[in-house]
Amino acid sequence: MRHLCAVLGGLLLWASQAQAIQITDDRGVQVTLARPPQRIVSLFPSLTETVCQLGQCQRLVGVDRYSNFPARVRSLPQVGGGLDPSIEAIVALRPDLVLMATSSRGAAQLQALGIPVAALQPRSHADVRHMLERVGRLLDVPPETGARRVWRDIEAGLAAASQAVPPELKGLRIYFEVNSGPYGASEASFIGETLRRLGLRNVVPGALGPYPKLNPEFVVRADPDFIMLGDSRYADMVRRPGWGGLRAIRAQRVCAFAPQQSDVLVRAGPRLAEGAQLMVQCLLAKGRQP
Amino acid sequence: MTETTRQQRRALALGVVLSLLTTVLLLLGASVGSTGLESLRQLGSDALAWQIVWEIRLPRTLGAWLAGALLGLAGAIAQGLFRNPLADPYLLGSASGAALGVALALVLLGAGAAAPAVAPWLLQLGLTGAAFVGAVAAVLLTLTLARGVQHTLRLLLAGVVVGVVLGALGSLTMQLAPEVMQTLQAFILGSTGFVGWSACALMAAVLLPCLVVAWAYSHVLDGLSLGEATAASLGLPVAAMRAALVVVLALATATAVAQTGLIGFVGLAAPHLVRAVSKTTHGRLILLSSLMGGVLLMAADTLARGLLAPQELPVGVLTAVLGGGYLLWLMHRQGQRGRWS
Repeated sequence: MRHLCAVLGGLLLWASQAQAIQITDDRGVQVTLARPPQRIVSLFPSLTETVCQLGQCQRLVGVDRYSNFPARVRSLPQVGGGLDPSIEAIVALRPDLVLMATSSRGAAQLQALGIPVAALQPRSHADVRHMLERVGRLLDVPPETGARRVWRDIEAGLAAASQAVPPELKGLRIYFEVNSGPYGASEASFIGETLRRLGLRNVVPGALGPYPKLNPEFVVRADPDFIMLGDSRYADMVRRPGWGGLRAIRAQRVCAFAPQQSDVLVRAGPRLAEGAQLMVQCLLAKGRQP
Repeated sequence: MTETTRQQRRALALGVVLSLLTTVLLLLGASVGSTGLESLRQLGSDALAWQIVWEIRLPRTLGAWLAGALLGLAGAIAQGLFRNPLADPYLLGSASGAALGVALALVLLGAGAAAPAVAPWLLQLGLTGAAFVGAVAAVLLTLTLARGVQHTLRLLLAGVVVGVVLGALGSLTMQLAPEVMQTLQAFILGSTGFVGWSACALMAAVLLPCLVVAWAYSHVLDGLSLGEATAASLGLPVAAMRAALVVVLALATATAVAQTGLIGFVGLAAPHLVRAVSKTTHGRLILLSSLMGGVLLMAADTLARGLLAPQELPVGVLTAVLGGGYLLWLMHRQGQRGRWS
């Protein structure tokens, strides 16, 4: 009888270990969960979006103050920002998993309090796919209905967006300004990858790093066909010295994205195909003019 | 008497050297662009290149000089007025006021997409206008809290308090609207990238009268260096002149900050660099500090866009490295000679 108990106990232990969930996060840390998490706190907007896109929005119990999509997460308790999370507020929510960016702070404190932490921060299209897969595994969502389905939708969305670009607009030279430093999005950035996918060219070479602070005369010399502004606050770029003569500005081929659109464009997350579609809408609206 | 003559000669020589440097740097600045150093002659045939030189490079190079001159002038006045070698142009709170102005303008402009009523006048004002308004408002707040300019210590303390409080409000704004963070950071590090001819004209129009007023009232600074009581006993109308100098200080700083952002160290280092070469009256110190500030910022700006072209380094970082390094070297050398204990 005692032997039987020992064998059964051993079997149970083996079974529970087999069920244990394990991933390696972007810090290189092995994250192990004994069972699928039911109370998740997300400290990074694209991770919040990812959880919801995987159909698991109901498992979120708290988010950071910058998570604003989908709309239902706005009613959840906010626990500070990624860089200044309130450890106390997070602990009070009794989470069994905290998702955060690698740049977020507080991982060590949370782990010391026994709360599992996974840090994921995608920087490219491939990273987004990898992030989807790992969050899917952590949440124990079957890949076919979870990560793979979401990625297939993204791929389909990107392909559709690319097809929607008429041949005469393919190969246009784009300058995407993230910020009025001016900081441009280069070929090496996530945004640059989307532009390439759409069959467009980027005037900022990848060798300068993903988001270089440019000399304004670099843009004047490059004379792009089209300008996209990640932030509509800088719509007064005509007034910049020497910029009035730019081909794109003369032809009014300038798109300034509103803040909500900007969120979609600059977040490397599950809405990346939507971001590509926003760019195409802009191209079609402004590009068809003579 | 001979010592005075010697110092006067040194001051004159410094003035000549700085003027020559200005000319050389202006030419150099016009030749450094997004492809690194390219000689002006080489550009002769290229219409676009000339347009770039004329519309972007020349005004920004000259603008860097003008902003540096305004800061150097303001620094010399601040150090004389407060009789404190650590005083700098931002002492009356204008830096944090300007940063807060820019932060609020950015937030309002972002919200402006949703509420178009705010946007037009704010767009008209621009970030430059917002920075100017913020800087001037901060100085006015400091003056109100210090109940005028009569008490140096009270003014100094009020300036520090206003600087800290407005700085905290700016940080709070940045925290609540993280999308403005990078732009604000760029403003805090300073840049001459978007200085055009109109900005140059504006800065020149402020610099000239400021220089004249500061120079005309500089003997009050000489008097103050002997102590407030002595200055008053010399029969100087200290209160009125001090008020005028505070106005010059605030106006010069606000104008420079609005056009080029919070470029640090120029205002602090320029007067010291001048004094290291020549111990002279405040009249000459003010003029030479202006020249020195202009040269310092113009050199830093040229390097900032030349070193990593077509990328740019924040110019404020370079002014600190250049000015600070040179000042340290001077102190080291003169310490060895025993003049600077």
